[in-house]
Amino acid sequence: MAKKNYLVIDVSLCFDCNNCFVACKDEHVMNCWLPYTDEQPRHGHRWVNILRQERGQYPRIDVNSLPQPCQHCADAPCMKAFPDLVYKREDGIVMIDAEKAKGTKALVSSCPYGAIWYNDEKDVPQKCTMCAHILDGHGESVLSQPRCAHSCPTGATKFYQEEPADFQKRIEAEGLQRFLPEISSDGGVWYKNLYRWTTHFIAGGLLKDGDCAKGVKVELKGTDTPAQTTNYFGDFLFDGLAPGDYTIVADGKEIKSVTIASSVNIGNIDL
Amino acid sequence: MNMGKIVRMTNSTTGGPIFVDVDVEANDGKGKIVRVYPMDLTEDDPKSWVLEANGKKYTPPRKTTYTCYTAGYKAMVHSKRRVLYPLRRIGFDVNGERNIEKRGEPQPGGDPLYPGYERISWDEALDTVANEMMRIKREYGPGAIVAEPSSHHMWGNVGYRHSALFRFMNFAGITYADHNPDSWEGWHWGAVHTWGNTTALGNPEQWDLFEDCMKHSTMIVFWSSDPETNNGVYGAYESTIRRRWMKEAGIKFVFIDPYYNHSCALYRAEKWFSPRIGTDAALAAGIAYVWVTEGLYDKEYVAEKVFGFEEFKAYLLGEGEDGIAKSSEWAEGETGIPAHDIRALAREWAKNKTQLAAGGMGGWGGACRGPTGMEWTRMMIALAALQGMGKPGINMFGTTFGSPTDYSFYFPGYSEGGIAGDCDNSAAGLTFVNRMFDGVTSRPAPSNLNVPTAQFIPRFNIPECFIDGKFEWRGKGFVGASIEQQFHKFKYPADGFPRMQMYYKYGGPHIGTMGATNRYAKMYQSKLMPMVVFQSIWFEGETPFGDIILPACTNMERYDISEFGHCGGYVPGSFTQTNHRVITFQMKCIEPEGESMSDYEIFRALAKKLGIEGPYSEGKDDLDWVKQYFYATDLPKITTWEEFTTKGYAVVPDNPNRKRTPAFRWFAEGREPDVPFQGQPRPADLVQGKGMQTQSGKIELLSHSLMRFDQSLIDAGEEPDETRPPLIKYVKPWTGWHYENTEKYPLAVLTPHPRFSFHTMGDGKDAFMNDIKDHRIRVNGYDYWIMRINAKDAAARGIQDGDLVKAFNDRGEVIFAAQLTERVPPGTCHCYESSAEYDPIGKPGASPDRGGCINILSSGKHIGKHTAGMATEHFRIELVKWEEGAS
Repeated sequence: MAKKNYLVIDVSLCFDCNNCFVACKDEHVMNCWLPYTDEQPRHGHRWVNILRQERGQYPRIDVNSLPQPCQHCADAPCMKAFPDLVYKREDGIVMIDAEKAKGTKALVSSCPYGAIWYNDEKDVPQKCTMCAHILDGHGESVLSQPRCAHSCPTGATKFYQEEPADFQKRIEAEGLQRFLPEISSDGGVWYKNLYRWTTHFIAGGLLKDGDCAKGVKVELKGTDTPAQTTNYFGDFLFDGLAPGDYTIVADGKEIKSVTIASSVNIGNIDL
Repeated sequence: MNMGKIVRMTNSTTGGPIFVDVDVEANDGKGKIVRVYPMDLTEDDPKSWVLEANGKKYTPPRKTTYTCYTAGYKAMVHSKRRVLYPLRRIGFDVNGERNIEKRGEPQPGGDPLYPGYERISWDEALDTVANEMMRIKREYGPGAIVAEPSSHHMWGNVGYRHSALFRFMNFAGITYADHNPDSWEGWHWGAVHTWGNTTALGNPEQWDLFEDCMKHSTMIVFWSSDPETNNGVYGAYESTIRRRWMKEAGIKFVFIDPYYNHSCALYRAEKWFSPRIGTDAALAAGIAYVWVTEGLYDKEYVAEKVFGFEEFKAYLLGEGEDGIAKSSEWAEGETGIPAHDIRALAREWAKNKTQLAAGGMGGWGGACRGPTGMEWTRMMIALAALQGMGKPGINMFGTTFGSPTDYSFYFPGYSEGGIAGDCDNSAAGLTFVNRMFDGVTSRPAPSNLNVPTAQFIPRFNIPECFIDGKFEWRGKGFVGASIEQQFHKFKYPADGFPRMQMYYKYGGPHIGTMGATNRYAKMYQSKLMPMVVFQSIWFEGETPFGDIILPACTNMERYDISEFGHCGGYVPGSFTQTNHRVITFQMKCIEPEGESMSDYEIFRALAKKLGIEGPYSEGKDDLDWVKQYFYATDLPKITTWEEFTTKGYAVVPDNPNRKRTPAFRWFAEGREPDVPFQGQPRPADLVQGKGMQTQSGKIELLSHSLMRFDQSLIDAGEEPDETRPPLIKYVKPWTGWHYENTEKYPLAVLTPHPRFSFHTMGDGKDAFMNDIKDHRIRVNGYDYWIMRINAKDAAARGIQDGDLVKAFNDRGEVIFAAQLTERVPPGTCHCYESSAEYDPIGKPGASPDRGGCINILSSGKHIGKHTAGMATEHFRIELVKWEEGAS
């Protein structure tokens, strides 16, 4: 089977540096890569739209970023809505036909991810092409991968050309997930450590005799979340949780029950 | 595809070296940048280093990194904000009415691209400037023309300000507005009195510390340090992979920073402490108290190598003058950090082999730039010393420097004089001037004006000099020749010198980067500033205050040469930030936009009018100088001029047999310094070649130099300097949480160096960066700078995420877009400094700025009573909702 193109984005390695966002603009603004896609407008489009989210409350928080390009869905909603204007290449890249799609603003709202943008000046809908012109050797460059992946300083965005069977193994080995799988459960863009975006944590600290209680075994009662031992600040953090009711057990004693809708810093608890 | 012939060229920037794909046929053959991107090294490039530690082998990716502003460089080059031709301010007549009081208030008419200005020819522009320079010299005498560049402007060692500008200034008889070390003030004015290290302006050595850390350390405390934001300095994301390895090796990371910074976020640190702004030194005292009372310090090291420990201990225990024990409870009261956390941190720190990443050579900027920066840096050194600094795994390692590249290969940084060879005002005298100039066929350009015995002014107080016409201060610029040099007193005008008549501004704006910067806006309307020349790439910031504007080009539009990350001089070993020493031939990728010219060519054209073109250029263009530069370095050992200029870069080979010389190991082991030459103290400053540069040769918690200085003050009938006491202690911040105007201005704001831009590079300019969500926020089509506030403070003021807010205090008013966040505690705000835009909605200097220059609100006071350093990192403000159209 032919190789397909994939982007794998590790949420735990992205910290919103925006190299991908700017490299994408560098590639497409002031450059016309027709028939792939016309020039991107200088301002306004976000072909890599970096979403940001804070979890928790001061001072126990984390900050997560999720770069969201076109997800190159296997069963793309935009393609379903406009089968004459959008097509899928054999290598998995979803392409808007830059000529035929001219003037069709409704393409923008056909994407539930909001990954399609309208270029008013050129009167055409546009989106991430996974730098198909570069991959096809038409980028007039030594580059051989999409600009977002090439510019990433942490390796959060990685590009793979693999046979689907091999990539399936990678999905399993690395625990890759689709973003909002209810929209599209298969495609060219996959996420690693997506729990940082989709789930919640309960964090807190334990005190004993006025000092941080180090080395205390802490559990979430009635869940399969692994038990923890508090660190030298007496801190614990249970991540990957769904909203719901939880009871925290320290050294075998129930110390706090909490209902969470999102991540919570329960503060310090004196044992 | 509408491309012509694409050629891959090379260039470099403050954010890393790059390949530049250029459509050489576009724009009628003048060329267009298609894209810029990091360099993938090839099989032909030398092998990378390999470090063995913890049973693993570490070797870096075969690729350079770049930062966001470099990624977007194309948009800065091809921008509608470029100054495309010379301009004269409408209302300015050099021979008649100058309408000085109208500067910054555009008069009707003129060029549609540049409101308030008329296009003029290069000839007219050069004649106006050169004739005025000659008239001023004849009518006023020497020292009446002052040039002032910005920091971190264009990249390249020939075109840099220490090079092309200094060569011109020094031959033309122009003096200088000295830069203060605005990213490392506390180290400069404080830390040097604790350990010397004047060759790094008081910053710690970093040699070979990556290896030391990987092999020995088990914990890193990042204190006011955000390496993923500041990238060392010019180091892009080279050290990011190294920090990842540290984390993966199980080294514990703790962050202390009022803001939950980006490094803290990326590495998901085990703990984040947000001390009340300005109280870091109190937190340090609280930690030291735990060590001293619990015996958790290196007693032998302290006894041998630390001076003043008994006095410091007495201070901590409350046996000193103030009678207050600096217990963790006391520290909690000052800092807001719980006492139990302070004790836990202190104990864990002492138990581990801990690296202290305290701003400085770690994450540039930070607490050292604040009003208590001197005490903070001195306290950081005290903490490191108490744990045995210099022993394996225990050091002050910022994590961005100290990679194991070849330290012996000679290629100078930009601060090493370039084509000027000015040994008084750059690091040329260290080595490079001797290699660049034979003194016969080619000569350096020393100054007899910009020297302690003539006339110059300090950058931070240019407004006072031009508004009040006089100023007194101590310390000339970056004063690193000795500890005591910074005590020297100066005044403007210097005895026997005239008042300055022309301000020649080059590079980026100051209103976004200095302190209390409405001062700068007001200065331009002062009668005492008869002429202002701007040499500018962009029509931005304060450029529209110039009488004559000369259009300069970027370093993509001319030739140059440079090494990745390497500024050198007071940043010894800056090349150790990178994983591969990459030296770039900066090609002239495109012809200059419009009628703009390179800085060198502008100076050369002026020199011709001034009759000094011969000595200035020696008949050379910029490429000729690049060639002379090439041969003055070690490059010919590894490449040829032809290969270098064709390939565009050279990588310095690894040198695995090089003797490792970890920072301060020599000190810890009582040996003579063995670190590379650049980092060594002068022999004359040591006794028998050993010890620190201080009088005692030890780390001085009680400083001899400050005791001597206090005595000079007393002898002169003045008070001792209470802002910088000889014994290290916590000095309550005069802009801190419970001191200055807390009722009127209840919020403290932290203003670190920006994340995406670098000084003013990358911001504004119609560049891509303005679209970054965490950089500016677009409201009704206008890109506002961001003020980050805790949700509780926002709710109390009826402010919602994305609202426009006015920040204000007695110094001015600035409009921002609000971002609500838990990354700061209630009472603390966060707002990066260095907006490139200055956009007053009314009279300049006296109306709210929409551009986002938070520094309008920062303090104009010096960091210490007897220093010339600035202290702008935090101050107090109030916020209110603001509607567009309001005033």
